Amino acid sequence: MLNKYPMWKNIMVVLVIAVGGFYALPNLFGEDHAVQVVATRGADVTATTQSNVTEALTAKGIGIKRSELENGQLLVRVANAEDQLTAKEAIADLLGDKYTVALNLAPATPEWLESVGGSPMKLGLDLRGGVHFLMEVDMSEAIRKMEEAKIADFRSQLREERIRYAGVHRTVRGIEIKFRDAETLSQAERFLKSRGNDMVFSDISSGDNVVLLAVMSEAYLKQIKEEALLQNITTIRNRVNELGVAEPVVQRQGAERIIVELPGVQDTARAKEILGATASIEFHMVDEKADVAAAANGRVPAGSELYQRREGGPVVLKKEVMLTGDHITGAQPSFDEYSRPQVAIQLDAKGGEIFSNVTKDNIGKPMATLFIEYKDSGERNPDGSVKMRKIEEVISVATIQARLGRNFVITGLTHSESQNLALLLRAGALIAPVSIVEERTIGPSLGAENIENGLQAMIWGMAVVLAFMLVYYRAFGVIANLALCANLIMVVGVMSMIPGAVLTLPGIAGMVLTVGMAVDGNVLIYERIREELRAGRSVQQAIHEGYGNALSTIADANITTFITALILFAVGTGAVKGFAVTLMIGIATSMFTAIVGTRAIVNALWGGKRVKKLSI
Amino acid sequence: MFQLLDIKGSINFLKHALPISILSAILVVGSLVSLATRGINWGLDFTGGTVVEMEFSKPANLETLRNSMTEPEVAGAVVQNFGSSRDVLVRLQVRDGVKSDDQVRIVMAEAKKLDADVTQKRVEFVGPQVGKELAEQGGLAVLVALICILIYVSFRFEWRLAAGSVAALAHDVIVTLGVFSVLQLEFDLTVLAGLLTVVGYSLNDTIVVFDRIRENFLKMRKGSPEEVVNTSITQTMSRTIITTGTTLITVVALFLKGGTLIHGFATALLLGIVVGTYSSIYVASYLAIRLGINREHMMPVEVEKEGADQPSIMP
Repeated sequence: MLNKYPMWKNIMVVLVIAVGGFYALPNLFGEDHAVQVVATRGADVTATTQSNVTEALTAKGIGIKRSELENGQLLVRVANAEDQLTAKEAIADLLGDKYTVALNLAPATPEWLESVGGSPMKLGLDLRGGVHFLMEVDMSEAIRKMEEAKIADFRSQLREERIRYAGVHRTVRGIEIKFRDAETLSQAERFLKSRGNDMVFSDISSGDNVVLLAVMSEAYLKQIKEEALLQNITTIRNRVNELGVAEPVVQRQGAERIIVELPGVQDTARAKEILGATASIEFHMVDEKADVAAAANGRVPAGSELYQRREGGPVVLKKEVMLTGDHITGAQPSFDEYSRPQVAIQLDAKGGEIFSNVTKDNIGKPMATLFIEYKDSGERNPDGSVKMRKIEEVISVATIQARLGRNFVITGLTHSESQNLALLLRAGALIAPVSIVEERTIGPSLGAENIENGLQAMIWGMAVVLAFMLVYYRAFGVIANLALCANLIMVVGVMSMIPGAVLTLPGIAGMVLTVGMAVDGNVLIYERIREELRAGRSVQQAIHEGYGNALSTIADANITTFITALILFAVGTGAVKGFAVTLMIGIATSMFTAIVGTRAIVNALWGGKRVKKLSI
Repeated sequence: MFQLLDIKGSINFLKHALPISILSAILVVGSLVSLATRGINWGLDFTGGTVVEMEFSKPANLETLRNSMTEPEVAGAVVQNFGSSRDVLVRLQVRDGVKSDDQVRIVMAEAKKLDADVTQKRVEFVGPQVGKELAEQGGLAVLVALICILIYVSFRFEWRLAAGSVAALAHDVIVTLGVFSVLQLEFDLTVLAGLLTVVGYSLNDTIVVFDRIRENFLKMRKGSPEEVVNTSITQTMSRTIITTGTTLITVVALFLKGGTLIHGFATALLLGIVVGTYSSIYVASYLAIRLGINREHMMPVEVEKEGADQPSIMP
């Protein structure tokens, strides 16, 4: 018998649409005002924290809607915005600065729905307000640092192996190692080559100048860049957490860029200061043998470098870094007995070991703390990227009195600098400076306005299309309209299910467009059925042929559109990607509802019966 | 049943194909000339720079605000309304040695002098490097899309039809760009998205016609290629009108109600849908005929397909 679906097919259609509808449900519940608590370094959010918070809030008379402890973060939902602010202050007072307490809007999805993975669509920044940064990592700085580390390696390795060299320097070509004669050079080359293949060596001697050139291999360069990017991402993520923003996004884009999105943040100046600041510290020994006056006139001894003290005056430091900020695990601003600002520092185990050895060997000698900061110079490189200015200052020179361990203090800063340095050190140092190459700030009212506009467009477009289909195709129009509604629900359902999918303003536009284009499948089928009827086929045969003939057309037409959506997704960023995602989902769901979904209804209504006339 | 078009037999669409395709050629050349001479009014996304959108508590006097942009950091600022008379958009160029933060601060300070209750709604800054890359990527995306489609259509149909469809797509893209160039409409990232959607939509339309052409070549034993094409276009005409109609309705809804931020997107689509529908007949089909498409090209190649003897899972 023609036009009968087997039971399993009907069940499948109902099931697919039901699942789509089910996962679209969470979008109906709106959002709760909430306070989010995340632990920063050295602290934990536990059940004890949760009960303490609950107690404190109850004592203040704030009603808690729900309190959840998940993935080491606590989310407390309250009734309204007023309670939210009071609750935030109360919790911040209670927990102190080891925790980040942030305002949040949490989806008010019921627990039973959440327990099966139901959550509403995530809204893009253009729909909920906030700030978006695109940051670029200055890779030349990361490479410079690695080259300097290599120079120190070469020196110590050659010394250990008792190969005499005349000097090691960084030049534009790479690292040049000078020797007295060709024999030592080849001996050194053999030895250094055996120590690893990060570097490519070549003999560039000319005449009396016996020089071995070491350049980083392509693979090593790539690895350095990759590591610099990943480390910067981690650092920025830590800093974002210090800012106390709910649900921030820190993501890589390409080989050198990082996207940071901070929903709800309006104070961009502060955000930028913390995210972009590349302050770090290094500890160097003072070169006591150097003549400071001679150095100031340009005669700096090899292996040393001239720096300026913060309070003025030059000082010569050994180039070798005793310890970098990478080993710092904790830093708190405080005041010493003379009320001068200081930063108390804690090191990790390895840093502690290094520091302990260094200080043991150098008791009685002066050690300097070098403060390094990169600032946007306001100028640009020829390629348009931001030129960064490197500022290096010696903030303190202190004589090592005793062997120091994992805890010590540094002084020589102003109050606000000690605050900032502590924050930056706690969050880790950026391995290479970053500059902001794109910034978008969207006010919360504009976000709400964008949603409103999108919905308006959707309602108007939808209303006219539904009315037209109903008038033009009558009973079949009703079926197409049902399919269209089911399609829209499924798009929302799938968008809610996919973890990475974000709804943006162009995404809403994509949905509106889907409404217009989704009827195409049904129009193709119905026009075919009409043609078959005109050609004198029986009703059952017309339906059968109509669906059958239109199938390949629909498939071809949609696959090509899908290809363009896929390309949009691949090259697009941000909002355009959001549009491509909704378009792709829309194509897939509209094909399903137009071909399989409507057929199920048509079959159930007319399939296998003697029908004289169709309402089409 | 009531029918938009009640056609007996077929309309001879191709009768006027030659003059119309000359018109198309003129449009394309005109667009190219305009693109070469006037260029495109690239938006912030592509040029880089800073945009500040603000809302005044009462209709703003643009002239006064424009004249107040005298500081060197903000000189040459473009001041315009954005949506309503209370919403104002200020566009600033990237300037060496000037931070965008400072530009924004100066602009907001001047606006505050006019209206103490002015609020800052949106600030966007795009570095010039990022913009340049984006423009290159965008151009590349359109090109890649066209090539992928060429491959797919050649594979599924026949190279003459593929050439026709890609020519039609290139036609649509160039003419849409041409209109943006002639009217100097701002071309931003959403317009690029719109343009790619046009490629998808226009192709959709072309494929539907081609699908029917292929079918009719096999069905109609008699009849010249022109007759087959004419019949195919006629048969798909009601579908074309209805789908174009419903899509246009939703795009018009987006244009009128969707807000200023996606105006560019809606404009590109409006243009593209109209041009795309027309080009699937007069550019795509006509070019395939001129390339000598005939019945033999459409004969199915006898290949034993994997799973061909299995029942289809689709109805």
